Amino acid sequence: MSFPWAKHYAPKQPLMRWLDEKLPVPRLVYNAVGAGYPVPRNLNYFWNFGVLAGAALSIQIITGIVLAMHYAANGGVAFGSIESIMRDVNAGWFLRYAHANGASMFLLVVYIHIGRGLYYGSYKAPREMVWLLGVVIFLLMMATAFMGYVLPWGQMSFWGAQVITGFFSAIPVVGETIRIWLLGGFAPDNAALNRFFSLHYLLPFVTAGVIILHIWALHIPGSGNPTGVDVKGEQDTVPFHPYYTAKDAVGLGVFLLVFALLLFFSPNLLGHPDNYVEANPLSTPAHIVPEWYFLPFYAILKSFTADFILPAKLWGVLAMFGSILLLFFLPWLDSSPIRSANFRPAYRKFLAILLLDLFVLGYVGGAEPRPWVILMGQIASAYYFAHFLIILPIVARTERPRPLPNSITEAVLAKHAGLGPHKSAMAS
Amino acid sequence: MVRFIASLVGAAFVFVLGLALFGTVSDWITNPPPESAEHEFHREALDAGLPSNGVLGRFDRRQVQRGFQVFQEVCSACHSLKYVSFRDLRQIGYSEAEVKAIAKGWKIEQPSINAETGEASTRPNVPSDRFPSPFANEVAARAANNNALPPDLSLMAKARHNGANYIYSLVGHGYVNQPAELLRKFPGAKTPTGLHYNQYFANLNIAMPPPLTQDGQVTYSDGTRASVDQMAKDVSAFLTWTAEPNLEARHAAGFAAVIFILIFCFLAWGAYQNVWRDVKH
Repeated sequence: MSFPWAKHYAPKQPLMRWLDEKLPVPRLVYNAVGAGYPVPRNLNYFWNFGVLAGAALSIQIITGIVLAMHYAANGGVAFGSIESIMRDVNAGWFLRYAHANGASMFLLVVYIHIGRGLYYGSYKAPREMVWLLGVVIFLLMMATAFMGYVLPWGQMSFWGAQVITGFFSAIPVVGETIRIWLLGGFAPDNAALNRFFSLHYLLPFVTAGVIILHIWALHIPGSGNPTGVDVKGEQDTVPFHPYYTAKDAVGLGVFLLVFALLLFFSPNLLGHPDNYVEANPLSTPAHIVPEWYFLPFYAILKSFTADFILPAKLWGVLAMFGSILLLFFLPWLDSSPIRSANFRPAYRKFLAILLLDLFVLGYVGGAEPRPWVILMGQIASAYYFAHFLIILPIVARTERPRPLPNSITEAVLAKHAGLGPHKSAMAS
Repeated sequence: MVRFIASLVGAAFVFVLGLALFGTVSDWITNPPPESAEHEFHREALDAGLPSNGVLGRFDRRQVQRGFQVFQEVCSACHSLKYVSFRDLRQIGYSEAEVKAIAKGWKIEQPSINAETGEASTRPNVPSDRFPSPFANEVAARAANNNALPPDLSLMAKARHNGANYIYSLVGHGYVNQPAELLRKFPGAKTPTGLHYNQYFANLNIAMPPPLTQDGQVTYSDGTRASVDQMAKDVSAFLTWTAEPNLEARHAAGFAAVIFILIFCFLAWGAYQNVWRDVKH
């Protein structure tokens, strides 16, 4: 499960030796995130984001457990119980703003983490399973975030739940029945709020479990690196601890700084004002928009406005789920053996277009549906699917990659000698 | 095989989007979206310049107290403040005795039951009570207000985009005569009877009659001249406080947290440099 030169756990202290015989948890930690895990020496700051995502999940679980002690999942009192957390619970405002903005921070670092994976080919052999589990984690996060947004029972909570559960009614014949069964009623109400709360409490722990599998699967081949070249020998790696624990601490500091600025000085920046209005089934908001992290997918949903064999709504729902599910096939869609985009000039250009495309989709998802906005959304959605399903497989075959370095160490030494052909444009 | 199926799926999505795009463009040409009065005549809110703005903003307690006076004498005739308690007024500088007096003297009494007969009755407010609603229920509120429901004001400063400035602009500068140009361009958009033209309200026609109509409507005990602009600013400051009573604690905690984290970053950076000093990377 590791390189032969990995350090071995050898406790000297009698108590630790005793513990190691009975229950070798310290050994597990040592081999997983300690000195026993050799990691390529050339990782850049984009490799901090996995640890940051773990930190964000921990923050969410801790603040969430305390919030659950004060929250009441009942349509009649949920909104008021949030206000009582904000006003009467000791440091309640801090917990609630930390949890609400923590969700944004979690999604933000996970998006960068996924982007790192796309740029450096982290989904390719031998790490396909790491990627697949990552997509599962992403889906769990999206479900958790959506259900969490419903809990304050504001206008956007209610109408967001109405729109999202409405997807199920797009299923032919049985859709409406399924929707009513899932909601426990004809519209979101107590039954829905209660089950969302239950699942919102459960799924983060499921996520934590899948994260353990994600890390386990990662430790079999070991971490990738910006050159995408395999580790050839001991000179290519350093022990995770203290080298990357020290580097992750720097990343954690910057993460906490951004988080603190958001939480303490602009806690409602990413929220929607309508969610400070209590849910009212009789009054529809002028624009129902999801949280920022769902906007690109919402734009894809809204872009399908034409019926063709299937109704437009069903196309939209299929496309929206498809836009995420296609990530499961990415390791096989991209057949290029070169991992890092630093050595794939054509792929790199298309990836830059994809990044821009996602920002356009994000804008479209939140904007008023003027004709030119819809038009932009349709073009951007088309590029999204074309990128993954059509362009990527073709580029993988036709592209002429740049020469790879012979080893990680060679690349590092060349960079320090000022030759620097491997310097990442993204990282610098 | 995976790539073949994927390209078919991709082509299908792109094709359907192409159809949709064609529909969007042809619809755009044949049926251009009409311009709307609110699109053209709705104005962005003016800046109320509240001292609670900014990263280290604090409430001006005298201003918030003045705003409370405006709320008490003007707004509270129709609007509730259901998430705020009388005791909370201690935070904006009222003494315990003053809070007791304010609660006791509040025009609307707290719903209660007669201790002997169990019949519905009311009793004077005490500091631990929330501000009572001026109407017994929604039906009563609508019946008294031309079928419009005056919203609760506790969270209004957070429940609208740019809330504090919005409140200031809406009540202080929003009520003007409907521009002649608007009526010329959109003859159908004349403000219906019973509604009032307000250039800061989302659809331009608000049910609330102008609440602040003349200078000196409220007599401030601290001697500040009660112009309409001043009263609008003050009530905006008060509602900023009711929406976010912990704003000052949040700013102070944030200041400390940022300093703490900066020190952490500095130490972590030093440790990182030290650990890696002999390893090229």
